[in-house]
Amino acid sequence: MSPEDRLYTKEHEWLKLDGEVATVGITDHAQNALGDVVYVEIPKIGDKLVAGQTFGTVESVKAVSELFTPASGEVVEINGGLNDAPETINKDPYGTGWMIRLRLSNKSDTSKLMSAAQYDDYTKDA
Amino acid sequence: MSDSKRTSLYEVHKRLGARLIPFGGWDMPVEYSGIAKEHRAVRTAAGLFDVSHMGELEIQGPEALKLIQAVTTNDAALLADGHAQYSAMAYPSGTVVDDLLVYRRGAEDYLLVVNAGNIQKDFDWIQSHNHFNATLKNISDEVTLLAVQGPNSAGILQSLTRIRLSEIGYYQFVQGKVLDADAIVSRTGYTGEDGFEIYFSPKHSESIWNSIIETGQPHGLVPAGLGARNTLRLEAKMLLYGNDMDENTTLLEAGLGWIVKPEKGDFIGRDSLVRQKQQGVTRKLVGFEMLGREIARDHYPAFVDGLEAGHVTSGSPSITLNKNIGLAYLPADKAAIASRFQVSIRNRMCDAEVVKTPFYKRTQNS
Repeated sequence: MSPEDRLYTKEHEWLKLDGEVATVGITDHAQNALGDVVYVEIPKIGDKLVAGQTFGTVESVKAVSELFTPASGEVVEINGGLNDAPETINKDPYGTGWMIRLRLSNKSDTSKLMSAAQYDDYTKDA
Repeated sequence: MSDSKRTSLYEVHKRLGARLIPFGGWDMPVEYSGIAKEHRAVRTAAGLFDVSHMGELEIQGPEALKLIQAVTTNDAALLADGHAQYSAMAYPSGTVVDDLLVYRRGAEDYLLVVNAGNIQKDFDWIQSHNHFNATLKNISDEVTLLAVQGPNSAGILQSLTRIRLSEIGYYQFVQGKVLDADAIVSRTGYTGEDGFEIYFSPKHSESIWNSIIETGQPHGLVPAGLGARNTLRLEAKMLLYGNDMDENTTLLEAGLGWIVKPEKGDFIGRDSLVRQKQQGVTRKLVGFEMLGREIARDHYPAFVDGLEAGHVTSGSPSITLNKNIGLAYLPADKAAIASRFQVSIRNRMCDAEVVKTPFYKRTQNS
């Protein structure tokens, strides 16, 4: 069961809202499908991201996977610790494995995202 | 897309929680407990691989050796009974039909082990050149192939067979029993570690697999998938057909000149390969390390002096060395050790350096 305090994309990112700022990471399903994460590329503070476009890359030993922006906004914080410890994404995808914090430019973007129940349903056969 | 073939151990892999992916027309386990963990187990203890997707072609008869000599580039006449040889088949242009192992079971009895994706192509190729008193038979579906690889392999496998494994030298094999099964046990592999490959009938697949797992677990053995097999073979610079060489690259460009033996007499591709050796190759397969954190992957373009000059054929994190490594074709005059070039990764130029290979070489075991 995915955490109910956040929203989900079809590309397996999660978004957790706290006022105007949203924390973004990838789901447990995604980290499990990727396997051992060895490299993460995330934007710089101040970068402006557009919903649906890629904001970075996560790589496992075997695979390269793009990261998709769940909602438009400006990057206000990044998880720099992932550079040296990308495996954090495997160990704690919903906690210390977070990737970026965004100040959302249009909160209504989040209405297109899935709830935890919808996401679990979406991934149950995958 | 579910017309992929399954090995006799498919259900076992599923029970073990393997992630299965299509590979060379087969549904194969890519990982069980994680590529990195499986990779380290093979380097330090042991791993068990189901590689039954590989093909086995039998060549028998009074002129079996003549046929093999005609279609392969290495000199199979050097083989004694019980010896195996790494070899290749070339097109007339010197490019690669396939790389393979040749096992000599007897003077008129050979076994060729070929890549999964090439079984039919290889069979047809050999058959079309079979102007000899030799019979060719594809026995791939009648053979399970397990690889036990890693420093603890001999100890683990010894408890399942009366074959004296310590007497089997590298690239040698013995025919005997493993548990109740008639088997070929060969000291070969695709990981850069000591280890064995075991060929036997699929009716024994589950019992032998399970016995190796049970016997091996206390000695650190884990089931390992194609993911670890790829990172292990790349560190040892063992080439992968379809990536590092294929019908568009010659054996000499791929650095496989050591299995091309023009002195043995005529064979398909000989003239082109001799000419290319005299004239020199224009491009070469090199090993490289990335200088930054980025990971070069298969097919990424390589740039020299700002111009696209080749491509990465295999690229991956090296789990043993904790670096990002790969193989790439570069112009021969830019391919010296310590040469710098760039790999384009998501439209960014990332620095790489040509290094000596293999990237990893095991310390000889006692």
